[in-house]
Amino acid sequence: MRYLPLTDADRAAMLAAIGADSVEALFRDVPRSARLDRPVDLPRAMGELEVERALARMAARNMVAGAAAGFLGAGVYRHHVPAAVDHLIQRGEFLTSYTPYQPEVSQGTLQALFEFQTQVALITGMEVANASMYDGATSCAEAVMMANRVTRRHKAILAGDVHPHYRETTTTHARFAGFEVVARDPDPAARDDLAPLVDGDTACVVVQNPGFFGHVRDFSALAEACHRAGALLVVIVTEAVSLGLVKPPGEMGADIVAAEGQSIGNPLTFGGPHVGLFATREKFVRQMPGRLAGQTVDVEGRRGWVLTLSTREQHIRREKATSNICTNSGLCALAFTIHMALLGDAGFTRLAEINHAHAVMLAERLAAVPGVALFNDTFFNEFALRLKRPAAPVVEALAGRGVLAGVPASRFWPDRKDMEDLLIVAATETNTEEDMAAFAQGLREVLR
Amino acid sequence: MSEWSQAIGAFGRQAAAAETISGNRGLMIEEPLLFERDQPGRCGVDLPAPPPVADRLGGLRRGGPTGLPGLSEPQVVRHFTRLSQKNYAIDTGLYPLGSCTMKHNPRLNEKLARLPGFADLHPLQPISTVQGALELIDTLAHWLKVLTGMPAVALSPAAGAHGELCGMMCIRAALDARGEKRTRVLVPESAHGTNPATAAACGFTVDAIPANARGRVDLAALKAKLGPDVAAIMLTNPNTCGLFEDEILSIAEAVHEAGAYFYCDGANFNAIVGRVRPADLGIDGMHINLHKTFSTPHGGGGPGAGPVVLAQSLAAFAPLPWLVHDQNGFRLVEQAQGAAAQTLGRLKGNHGQMGMFVRALAYMMSHGSDGLRQVSSDAVLNANYLLAELGDHLTPSFPGPCMHEVLFDDRFLEGTGVATLDFAKALIDEGYHPMTMYFPLVVHGALLMEPTETEPKEGLDRFIAVVKGLAQRAKAGDAAAFRAAPRFTPRRRLDETAAARKPVLRWRPGEAGREAAE
Amino acid sequence: MSTVKYTKDHEWVRVEGDTVVVGITDYAQTQLGDVVYVELPEVGRRVQKGKEAAVVESVKAASEVFAPISGEVIAVNAELSGEPGRINSDPLGQGWFMKLRIADPKEMDDLMDETAYNGFVEGLH
Repeated sequence: MRYLPLTDADRAAMLAAIGADSVEALFRDVPRSARLDRPVDLPRAMGELEVERALARMAARNMVAGAAAGFLGAGVYRHHVPAAVDHLIQRGEFLTSYTPYQPEVSQGTLQALFEFQTQVALITGMEVANASMYDGATSCAEAVMMANRVTRRHKAILAGDVHPHYRETTTTHARFAGFEVVARDPDPAARDDLAPLVDGDTACVVVQNPGFFGHVRDFSALAEACHRAGALLVVIVTEAVSLGLVKPPGEMGADIVAAEGQSIGNPLTFGGPHVGLFATREKFVRQMPGRLAGQTVDVEGRRGWVLTLSTREQHIRREKATSNICTNSGLCALAFTIHMALLGDAGFTRLAEINHAHAVMLAERLAAVPGVALFNDTFFNEFALRLKRPAAPVVEALAGRGVLAGVPASRFWPDRKDMEDLLIVAATETNTEEDMAAFAQGLREVLR
Repeated sequence: MSEWSQAIGAFGRQAAAAETISGNRGLMIEEPLLFERDQPGRCGVDLPAPPPVADRLGGLRRGGPTGLPGLSEPQVVRHFTRLSQKNYAIDTGLYPLGSCTMKHNPRLNEKLARLPGFADLHPLQPISTVQGALELIDTLAHWLKVLTGMPAVALSPAAGAHGELCGMMCIRAALDARGEKRTRVLVPESAHGTNPATAAACGFTVDAIPANARGRVDLAALKAKLGPDVAAIMLTNPNTCGLFEDEILSIAEAVHEAGAYFYCDGANFNAIVGRVRPADLGIDGMHINLHKTFSTPHGGGGPGAGPVVLAQSLAAFAPLPWLVHDQNGFRLVEQAQGAAAQTLGRLKGNHGQMGMFVRALAYMMSHGSDGLRQVSSDAVLNANYLLAELGDHLTPSFPGPCMHEVLFDDRFLEGTGVATLDFAKALIDEGYHPMTMYFPLVVHGALLMEPTETEPKEGLDRFIAVVKGLAQRAKAGDAAAFRAAPRFTPRRRLDETAAARKPVLRWRPGEAGREAAE
Repeated sequence: MSTVKYTKDHEWVRVEGDTVVVGITDYAQTQLGDVVYVELPEVGRRVQKGKEAAVVESVKAASEVFAPISGEVIAVNAELSGEPGRINSDPLGQGWFMKLRIADPKEMDDLMDETAYNGFVEGLH
């Protein structure tokens, strides 16, 4: 087997050194009844070519997003990732290293994490950020639990246009960790005013910007209402590119930002692995979940980096840790860092502008199709359409024409009649004029 | 000869004191932060001017610049290449971190995960357009079920700790469904920190169970702690002392008799894959770290994947989504309805760590059922070889045979003035990543070594010679040299106290690095 | 001269009238290593003997500081948040944690005097 260097001669010599008759003897502590005496019933070893052939066959059964005119978003966005990003994250020193617990031999990972934390803080307008979470949805749940710790209260109010996966993940945690979630009804028109709901038991209010249905809103007044009541404002961002153009949560008074960073540097990958961003105010840092890279000096006085404030974490605090997270999304965070380094302020802003412009153009085009109404006054690169008939079959029909037309809201709310005709559509820099024309034309025909 | 080494010594001291003009030391090149390379007007991407449109931002445009630095592509490539060169990695050498399973990461897996048919798929595409992706997930699920003998697997957890959370939530949900309020979870003292943290996150209280003199769970102590309020035991097997819990069948029986569940931390599955099925040990739920046993790369701390295999008694509570196969092909159950009515709900966005699934399946198929059995055999053989060769020079905490990792404690350093930490740092200067230190907590000054099956014998022999040599040096009384280690790394020992007292967690404009750390 | 008493959890208690000053002993700070952070109770909180009153952290460990006696917190050493190293450099002086108003003077009887504490520490080795 190509990954196993021991030869039979090696094995024999090693067994002799150990003083064991056979490898079997080394497993003597396993109860005899539980020892398998032959391989399990699965295929035998294969060469590279055979494995590649088998998996490529499965890959070929999928409709590749990039081969279609693709307009799907709803928390996962198809952006162009510069070639340098994937090259650099595949350097073995990044790819095949462990968590940087030994700082002297991990300065590369640690410095990159410090840069990642800084980038996340800059784009969200927050003071500090951690070294990543699993994804945006788990970031959201962790943000709510952190707000519970900070305020010593146990109720979270979730806006109706928070991503349903984020809401459901948070609700799951609420059931087991024992806190209350007031999840508002889906709010495609973004009319719900949460300020009157904030009371003395409220730990946090969770909103999303742009919202799940695309609306862009200013939450400054809500932040003030939260702070008056001693609650925190948690702002979710599922499309990180929006931060290149839209007023950042930090400037609206957010206390915690929980975001999905996939858009920067990371492919769709059918939904994972992605990378959760988590940023907050400096004064709350000891209640933060997850790893943190911090700056220090070595014995020669040279600047360097270490993992720090580890007493918050499970490997030290055990059952009193702020979170049980250990492995996070390190390499996805690195991809984010590299892509963001390539973009810089000018590139990030321009990327966001292009996304917005494409969405405006697409919205105008689609709204002109008979039987289609645009829901949004405001949006960044995603908006909701009301179709004259259920959206799911329309999407299915358009897929047959090479258009991935968006995400029907019924995918998330299959039992709600009022969601049935709703289609959530995103445009990015990857969409061409031809893509948009194909979408508009296809929609016109399907809705006829 | 001696003059030469003296000259090296003198030069070494000089170099340690600093001073090249550049601050670089040959291939060790100093690299500032990205933010310190900022040059307005530079950009690493070429994007066209956006088409002119009337914006729809409702007046909520960002007010000022983000503060992100501007760099060209060559600068970015050089920056991250230089950073990478400051890391140790499996690709550069033996990485004997106990309980972390730092094995070779095959590049075929990377190639296949990047096939557009997997990497360029949106999770919310119509189900009819992703049948191949679902087939891959289903195939992976089949392999995991057969290898563990368990009837069900939850695939969405994103890492080992997330898998634990999933497993323990399933147990809470099952107890709720039984109408039982059990609040206590038994966790051995030697457990990973994630175990108690997870139990607490699920609303349980944690009760530690002691180890016996043989490094295993003390069965009598366990039985004494079992009662009607015990929800589960969380046990790592093989345990973090590198030992198989030889009374595991009695443990399972006692736990089940008490009406509790048996959760297994599968971090050490690499020791038994293909040779022992957890189902045959009486386990009700176990996560599998795909980034350990099935070689998906650790990536400097993630991403991982932590599928959880479940017994029939827990399967109904598995998190969403569920993958099912019917006459129309594969589909996803994404709502708590029908057969999934009892699901604990959703644990993360989308459907799981697809990129890791592709890599893990490629790894499994490459090995096959026969090769996976060889994996655990060689992993255990390599660890026992370390035990045999080092046993007289270090102090093994427990007699062998061990499983895939071997535990030593610091008795061999007694009176030398060298601590476990110093010993490990000296290993860095010899070109090795240290073993796991000070874990598990059940022995003093632990050194836990896991060579994995992907190390050749001659590599182990070199490592053994180095460790023996260091042990001799320590005993010969060279404590100061150990405390000064490492000397040949991009940075020497770092001041973690200063980092924690005045945390500097990000760069800020105008802050020179050194002052900021003062 | 004021009386200083000790607990088995390595806290010291100095009586000042109907109040006490509380800190951790030299032995405790040595075991802990460089202190990097202290979490102190809010003034006004009533702490209970033997229950967690503060947390003291080094780089690699977090330890609870238990209230040696029950009482109301009337002051905390705010200087420690900026200078946690004072716990290492002067544990019995500038490194004090909090002042408590004694709830039940009888609880003082359960504490060790210096000789008893030194003997107790001796026995730990």
